[in-house]
Amino acid sequence: MSASPPESSLPTATATPPPPGRRYRAEPVWVPWVFLAPFLLTFGVFLVWPLIQSVTLAFQQTFGPKTTAWVGLENFTFLLRDPLFWKAVRNTALFALGSVCIQLPLSLGLALLLNRPGIKCRAFFRLIFFAPSLVGLVFVGLLFSLIFAPRTGLVNTVIHGFFPAFDPEFPWLQLYIMPALILAALWLYVGFNMVYFLAALQGVPEELMEAAALDGAGPWHRFRHIILPEILPVATFVVLMSLLGSLQLFELPFVLLSGTAGPENRGLTIVMYLYNTGFVSGDLGYASAIGWVLALFMGAFALGQRWFTKHQEES
Amino acid sequence: MSLNNAQRQKLLLAPVYVALVAAAFFTLIPFAWLICAAFKTNADVFTANFLPTGDGFLGVAWDRLTIANFIRLFRELGIGRAMANSIFLASFSALIATFFCAMAGYALAKFRFAGQGWVMSLVLAALVIPGSLLMAPGYKLLYDLGLLDSYAGLILPGLTPAFGVFLFRQSMVNSVPTTLLESARIDGAGEFRIFFTIVLPLVRPMIGAYLMITFLQSWNNFIGPQIVLQDPSRFPLSVAINQLRGLYGTDYGLIMSGTLVSIAPVLALFLLLQKEFIAGLTSGAVKG
Repeated sequence: MSASPPESSLPTATATPPPPGRRYRAEPVWVPWVFLAPFLLTFGVFLVWPLIQSVTLAFQQTFGPKTTAWVGLENFTFLLRDPLFWKAVRNTALFALGSVCIQLPLSLGLALLLNRPGIKCRAFFRLIFFAPSLVGLVFVGLLFSLIFAPRTGLVNTVIHGFFPAFDPEFPWLQLYIMPALILAALWLYVGFNMVYFLAALQGVPEELMEAAALDGAGPWHRFRHIILPEILPVATFVVLMSLLGSLQLFELPFVLLSGTAGPENRGLTIVMYLYNTGFVSGDLGYASAIGWVLALFMGAFALGQRWFTKHQEES
Repeated sequence: MSLNNAQRQKLLLAPVYVALVAAAFFTLIPFAWLICAAFKTNADVFTANFLPTGDGFLGVAWDRLTIANFIRLFRELGIGRAMANSIFLASFSALIATFFCAMAGYALAKFRFAGQGWVMSLVLAALVIPGSLLMAPGYKLLYDLGLLDSYAGLILPGLTPAFGVFLFRQSMVNSVPTTLLESARIDGAGEFRIFFTIVLPLVRPMIGAYLMITFLQSWNNFIGPQIVLQDPSRFPLSVAINQLRGLYGTDYGLIMSGTLVSIAPVLALFLLLQKEFIAGLTSGAVKG
C-alpha cells in the first residue's frame, strides 16, 4: 500500500523565485528536461499508457491478455448487481472503519505518551513501536496465520491457558477473519502512524503549552484547543492515508487465507476480487472496471479530506 | 511526607511508563513467538508455546532447540537463491529509483522553465492514482512488451516513483542554496558536474532515507513478483517463502524460520539507519 500525501497539504506547484536583481549565466532551456527525462519516460509508459488502457479495458471482456471483446457498459452494470463485489465492499469498509477508529486513536495516544516532557528512552520506544511496519505484508500474513492457527497458535493457547473452557481448536480465520485482519493491521501500523503524530506533536510550540497550563487549562482543554488544532493537518493526512491504504487491502488477507477468500467469502476485499477476476479468471476487463470503481471511492475520500482542510482553514 | 517538584514529576510519569512498557510488550510478543518457533522442532512447535520446557537454565530445554530448519531452508529448498534474488532486486531498484528521483526533484526544485507547473501537477496526480487500478492494464502492457517473467518487468515500472520525486523536490527547495548553483555556473561548471558534486552531497540525508524506503518496498513487494514472475528460480524471498507454506503447510518451524531470515536483514538495516529513515519518512508530511 503506497502512502500518497493528499494534494491539499502540498505547497502550490511553483519553483523558487528568480534571484532578485542579479544577473547570472542562464542555463540552457533543455537542462531541466534532461533531468526530468527518466521520470517523464516511465510516467508515460508505465502510468499514462496503462491508465488509458484501463479505460478501454473497462469496456471490454477479456480472457487473458490475448483475447478481447467489446461489451460496452456491461462490466459496470454487472458490477452494480454483483453480490460478490458488494460483499467485498462491505468487508473492505469494515476493515477501513476498524483501522481508522481503533488504530489511529491508539497511535495518537502512544504519541502523546511518548511526547510527555521528561520521558527517557524515547528513541528506544519509538524504535520498538515502529519495528513491525518494516515487516512486509506477506511475512506479517504468514506470521499471523500461525498465530491464529487452531490448537498451536499463540492466540488460542493463551486464551485456553486462562480459560480452560475455551476450545483450543477455535478457528479464528474461518469465523472472524475481519477482526483477525484488524488485529494484525493494528500490530503492523500503530507504530507507523505514531511516528507521524509524534513528529507533529514535537512541532507544537512549548511556550503555548506552558502558557495554557499557567492559565489553568486542564489536560483535555490543552489537547482540544491547542494540540489538536496544531496537529490537525498531519492528522487529516494520516486519516486519509490509512483510509486509502485500507481500501486497497489485499496482500494481508491473501496470504493469511492462503490465496482464498475464506469461507463464505468472509475475507474477500475489493482488490482481492480485482486480482481474482483479472489473474485467476483472466478477465482483465472486468478487473479494470473494479479498479475504476475503487479509484472513484478513493478519489471521493481524497476530495473529502481536501474539502475538510479547506473548511478548517477558513473557519 | 513532602515531595519536591522533581520527585512529583517523576511520580506522575510512572503510569506513562507502565503504559509504554505494556505497549512495547504487545509489540514484541509476535517477534518473540516467531523467533522461538523458528528454532523448534516440529514436535515442539505443537507442544510448547514459546520455548520447550525442561530442566535447563530458566526451566527451558535449550538442548531441544535446533537450527535444522535453517539448514533445510538453505540446503534443500534453495532459499539462498531467493535471498540473493531479493538482495539484487532491492538494491538495484533502490539505487536507480533514488538517482532518478533526485534528478527529477532537482529539476523541479531549482529550475524555472515553461511547463514546470504542468510537470508538478503530473507528479501530484501520479501520487493519488491507486496502484491496483494499474494492475490489470500493467500486466497487459508487460505482456505486450514481452517483459513478463523478467526482472526488467519488475524494475522498470518503479524506476522513478512520483513519491520520491516529490520528496526530493521538497527537500531540495530549502537545502540546496540557489546562490551556490549560480556561482558554480559562473565558474563554468557543467550542469551534471553541479548535480553530482554540489547538489547530491547537500541532500545526503534524504538520499539515505529514500534508498532505505525503496529498498524496503522492493524487498517486501509480494504482489508484483507474484504477478510478473513465473520461473521459481527468479522468485524473491516474499514469493518463495509464501510458496513454502503451500508445499509444507503444517511445518510451522520451517515457515517461521523462512520468515525470520526474510525479515531479519531489513530489521538490522533499519536499526543501523533508523534516524535518517524516520526523518525522511515524515519530511513529506510535516514540512510540506
